[in-house]
Amino acid sequence: MNLTRVPLSYVWRNLLTRKLTTGLTAGGMALVVFVFATVLMLEAGLKQTLTATGLPQNVVVIRKGSQTEVQSGVSRSEAAIIESQPNIALDGAGRLLSSRESVVLISLKKQGSGKPANVVVRGAGEQGLALRPQVQLLAGRQFRPGSSEIIVGRAIADGFDGVQLGTSLRFARRDWLVVGIFDAGKTGFNSEIWGDAEQMMQAFRRINYSALVFQLADSNGYEASRQALEADQRLTTEYKRETRFYADQAQTMATFISILGTVLSVIFSIGAVIGAMITMYAAVANRTGEIGTLRALGYRRSSVMAAFLAESLLLALLGGVMGVVLASFMQFFAVSTMNWQTFSELAFSFTLTPAIVVKSLLFALFMGLLGGFLPAVRAARMQIVDALRAA
Amino acid sequence: MMLFLLRMSLKNALRHRLRAALTLAGLAVAILSFGLLSTVVTAWYAGADAASDKRLISRSAISLVFPLPMSYGEKIRSVEGVTGISWANWFGGIYIEPKNFFPQFAVDPPSYLRLYPEFQVDEAERAAFFRDRRGCLVGRKLAQRFGWKVGDTIPLKGTIYPGTWSFVVRGIYEGRDATTDENQFFFHWDYLNEWVLQRYPKRGNATGVFVVGIREGSEAALISERVDNQFRNSLAETLTETEKSFQLSFVAMTDSIVLAIQVVSYVVILIIMAVMANTMAMAARERTAEYATLKALGFGPPVVGWLILLESVLLCALGAGLGILLSFPAVKLVGHALDNLFPVFHIASQTLWLQAGAALVVALVSAAVPAWQSMRIRIVDGLRAIA
Repeated sequence: MNLTRVPLSYVWRNLLTRKLTTGLTAGGMALVVFVFATVLMLEAGLKQTLTATGLPQNVVVIRKGSQTEVQSGVSRSEAAIIESQPNIALDGAGRLLSSRESVVLISLKKQGSGKPANVVVRGAGEQGLALRPQVQLLAGRQFRPGSSEIIVGRAIADGFDGVQLGTSLRFARRDWLVVGIFDAGKTGFNSEIWGDAEQMMQAFRRINYSALVFQLADSNGYEASRQALEADQRLTTEYKRETRFYADQAQTMATFISILGTVLSVIFSIGAVIGAMITMYAAVANRTGEIGTLRALGYRRSSVMAAFLAESLLLALLGGVMGVVLASFMQFFAVSTMNWQTFSELAFSFTLTPAIVVKSLLFALFMGLLGGFLPAVRAARMQIVDALRAA
Repeated sequence: MMLFLLRMSLKNALRHRLRAALTLAGLAVAILSFGLLSTVVTAWYAGADAASDKRLISRSAISLVFPLPMSYGEKIRSVEGVTGISWANWFGGIYIEPKNFFPQFAVDPPSYLRLYPEFQVDEAERAAFFRDRRGCLVGRKLAQRFGWKVGDTIPLKGTIYPGTWSFVVRGIYEGRDATTDENQFFFHWDYLNEWVLQRYPKRGNATGVFVVGIREGSEAALISERVDNQFRNSLAETLTETEKSFQLSFVAMTDSIVLAIQVVSYVVILIIMAVMANTMAMAARERTAEYATLKALGFGPPVVGWLILLESVLLCALGAGLGILLSFPAVKLVGHALDNLFPVFHIASQTLWLQAGAALVVALVSAAVPAWQSMRIRIVDGLRAIA
């Protein structure tokens, strides 16, 4: 008989016999995997939100050196010069696909907690919506140009007081009637309030626009258009593709989440690895007699070692699956927090991707391997006679 | 009797050297990271903790990005109960790279320093700062971070006020208390205003916030209301609140992150609780026969319970003690690495109590089930049991 592999059922039954110990060890690992997976989900959600916000064929123009639309200023004459460059798409009626926008922040109170948060109010030009096809009206209608009407993003309508359909919001000495709620999918626009740019400028007593957004007629000609515009001495503006612009806006936040998550996962996994080690050392110590018997039956050292490693890996996998299942419930929650770079509210959700599931399970297995390796070596190195005598 | 139990449980705890060492290491790491995370949360609130109750902040009611006209200053000064007024304007410049972030304010130096006595400046440096319109006053930590000395020229790239600005360090302030933010950068509001007036005449003579000094902290609500009433229905309505609630409103904007860190800091306690409970369960299971023998010898169930409880408490006390001791150098290290994010980073005494409390809870919870089972087990069954 060739006894090279200890049957898996032996491994499995060992875990079943000590339910409390198995449960506690796997539970500890599950919590670590949970934290690991949630952080990855948060990062993925943030990335998804930001990259989905912009379209690659759209270009955002802001004043040189200002990093956000709120800080920026683009004068009417500059806007006119930029709009006169050739590479701008036209809509069906032959109008320029370009929107001069006025972006400000207002302070609104969050629903429930009543705590203040900065919300982006975007005064858009006539083509503002045409430039962002991802923005869809959920309820009500579009604001009428030239009126004090606004439409609000879904994350704002759900998360803040006083912005429901038909109510009016008071800021800048005017009452703004909410005539529509829009959904922009998983994008940053969901955390914004939109109205007519010229009305906003009057209300906020502004002379300059904040930004200009236009669509390229030829998306590949972006580089050439940018260089031509940058060479123009009359302009003090800078140009970015919309996708790039929004990805840059949350760079700090993405880095913060990723560093915090990595540090936490590493520290926490130390705890879980120690837990696995304790369990596996105890398993080896308690089963000295069994190990001796297995060896006496003809199983090799490597088979015994494999059996104990398999036990540890199985334990870790159990924990990993529990952790991922726990984490998948986080998908029902959304996070709404201030983005430091723009100083404004941004809502995004936990997003579970297949890659994250795989990464989390691998992470769990890695912990199991670390925790199980030394005990498995000890089991493999036992002398048959000593082991049998110890029982 | 208690001494005897203590000795016994200490012997029990150390019987499996490796297991004890691993458990202690796990406990120490967990308590340490719990302490670090709590310190991060404390650091988040540092601005609010350092706020004085004798200062109010007045800003535009729409949001902070809208400025208030300078003419408001004199009107606020005449409000009853106001003892002093100053103003500050966010500059938002970049020093070489965006990651070198630190807060910069254009202020009116004499009145500002009068309202913030916690920023302590040497007499000569203060006078030099007041004299030089291009001068700036920087915090001790900030100066240390970039190796600035008095007399150095600091170039800043403006984001709100475009162009490259240069300032000369005229003074370095030190915080009066441990909680004072030593990571700020102040320069002359006049200098900024002149620049704005030249380029954008309509945007000039304005400031982001007014700092209002008041007589009595207890009058804060009343005075805030008086100030806001002055400007009701004007072009720029004001929102006046205590410095503390002003700072807290910043914390509130990122409170999901604070909440997440808090939750995670409790998760680490849960993880170590699972590890510790496992250690205790295994120990008790292996010693079932011994506990039964103790009972057979005439010791009551409480003795067995105490033995297990004391063992758990001893292990946790050792591990937590180690973790708490390690927290001090760790906080120093992390604080140094993150001093641009958290200007004030030190362990609050409350954190130490929380660490100790968490360790005690872990000890009690881990001992509960094994102690309960060992106390209840019948002598015959216990003697028959094998681990």
